[in-house]
Amino acid sequence: MTRKTDRTPEDKRYWLDDSRNVDKIFWALVLICFLLFGADAFYTKKVHFPFEGWFGFFGIFGFVACVGLVLAAKELRKVLKRDEDYYDR
Amino acid sequence: MIGSIPPGLLLVLGALVAPVLPGRVRNVYLLALPAVGLAGLIGLEHGIYGEFEVFGYQLAVVRVDKLSLLFGYIFHIAALLSVIYALHVTDRVQAVAGMVYVGSAVGAVFAGDLITLFIYWEGTAVASVFLIWARRTERAYNAGMRYLIIQVGSGVLLLAGAIVHVAESGSLAFDRIGLDGLAGTLIFLAFGIKCAFPLLHNWLQDAYPEATVTGTVFLSAFTTKLAVYALARGFAGTEMLIWIGATMTAFPIFYAVIENDLRRVLAYSLNNQLGFMVVGIGIGTELSLNGTAAHAFSHILYKALLFMSMGAVLLRTGTIKGSELGGLYKSMPLTTGFCIVGAASISAFPLFSGFISKSLILTAAADGHYTLTWLVLLFASAGVFHHSGIKIPYFAFFAHDSGIRCKEAPINMLVAMGITAFLCVAIGVWPDPLYALLPYPVDYAPYTTTHVITQLQLLLFSALAFAVLMRTGIYPPEQRSVNLDFDWSYRRLLLVVASFAMAYGRSTRERLIATAERRIERFIARLYHHHGPQGPLARTWLTGSTALWMALLLGTYLLLYYV
Repeated sequence: MTRKTDRTPEDKRYWLDDSRNVDKIFWALVLICFLLFGADAFYTKKVHFPFEGWFGFFGIFGFVACVGLVLAAKELRKVLKRDEDYYDR
Repeated sequence: MIGSIPPGLLLVLGALVAPVLPGRVRNVYLLALPAVGLAGLIGLEHGIYGEFEVFGYQLAVVRVDKLSLLFGYIFHIAALLSVIYALHVTDRVQAVAGMVYVGSAVGAVFAGDLITLFIYWEGTAVASVFLIWARRTERAYNAGMRYLIIQVGSGVLLLAGAIVHVAESGSLAFDRIGLDGLAGTLIFLAFGIKCAFPLLHNWLQDAYPEATVTGTVFLSAFTTKLAVYALARGFAGTEMLIWIGATMTAFPIFYAVIENDLRRVLAYSLNNQLGFMVVGIGIGTELSLNGTAAHAFSHILYKALLFMSMGAVLLRTGTIKGSELGGLYKSMPLTTGFCIVGAASISAFPLFSGFISKSLILTAAADGHYTLTWLVLLFASAGVFHHSGIKIPYFAFFAHDSGIRCKEAPINMLVAMGITAFLCVAIGVWPDPLYALLPYPVDYAPYTTTHVITQLQLLLFSALAFAVLMRTGIYPPEQRSVNLDFDWSYRRLLLVVASFAMAYGRSTRERLIATAERRIERFIARLYHHHGPQGPLARTWLTGSTALWMALLLGTYLLLYYV
């Protein structure tokens, strides 16, 4: 196992090291989501359930589901979290 | 079959020769075994082979049909990839254990009767535990012990079920069993343990992350998918499986979000993916069973790929904790790329394998009007992207730079990951060859406008949710911790109960002993009082007074005699 934690001086800077580029990715994602949301206007959805046909259903569902998942998991952590050596004690 | 050696047995027997071979020859040999096994399956005629009678019962060692062949193919492919991934390992124990494990799983998939199934079933349990113990830490030893007890327990239930089944029906054949009757229930439980049903699941998250770097890749492919196969064979259309499966898809993802050990995150998401397959079995239509089989096939590949990439990280950095990793894309760019392919596949992005297999199950659920189940599956699809698709690559390779600089993964690992990643994309782009292998004819087109756009909406809005939560600081940070799961009941509760019982037993025993001691002491004291040096019975009496007492005694006796 090789573990080197020392940074060499010639450690090159990567594109992602610049936080402005991370911002660019974020806003690109927002733009793509915006376009995908709008895409629902341009084709006929073939659906099994009526609610699938609601405009932007899958986008909204995905967003709400994930926020809900994370918030619920965060609450769960308060109950479930123990020290790393909990079972070794 | 190669000559008359059944599939599976070839690998089991072949593995036994491996330890005596020198390093490089052993590697070639271990690669050749699954390759020869796979070649032997191609063009195999459907039917029953190796029938014989024991004590009047008909056994059938090999049954070949489309379902068993599909699992046979993917098990051999997974074995090949795992062997390539493990070529740098010199540990002979792992080499033999891995191959016996694969052979047992293959043998079980082709088993035509319950006794053969049982023997191979236990074979997978016993062989695979060595992949955990091979880590050679106390932690791994303990986790392996718990794993072994539970796995062997599953086998015992299967054997009990088989015995009751033969008493009830007179046949040992492994076909549709169904849930009615004691036999069905016992066998269902046996399969359920191995398939990591809710509350029976914890051996998976407990043991898999404790195995060796290469061992976990082996483990991820076979045990649980063998259980999926067995359920599909024995319990297709059992309605209970729909809600069991739906629970499996949803409940592990909450744990995956807050888990710090990234291989344990993958174990939770493995559990979630099994849920999709179990729902498919429960629905029981041709479409849903095709979905289960196809999803098992693509799942084995992308899950192995994800475990391979995390294994490479563990090998190179010595840790797999999200709280300690980050920024590794700088040191391991290829591994990062392969991990992202695995992540895209498990998330079911269009053009990746999950997209063309999971959708069969969701469509089958919608066709059957299982509205709630469908919504749960959709939630789980978004959730799996969230924790496997984003969390795994993000915290290992991106996030904040941990400052760790290491070498790229060894060449054999990169080759294994490369081939697996290629297969994940190939299946996604060109699903027809896989569809042709499915048990029933496929009339399904995954690439429709609706499907592609709705899936992209679901996934990219999930990504957006992650990004927003991350940027606002709401997302729970990775922390060094363990999270209590059902294993708490036997690793803690049972321990507390047992120690209470022992303490109570001890105090009762002590009380009993104390009372007994007190009584004995009192008895001795009384004895001493009468017979001790000062006791009246031990005094040395004068001969005269003794004679007087005797005369008195005899006189009294005489008197009483005459009265």
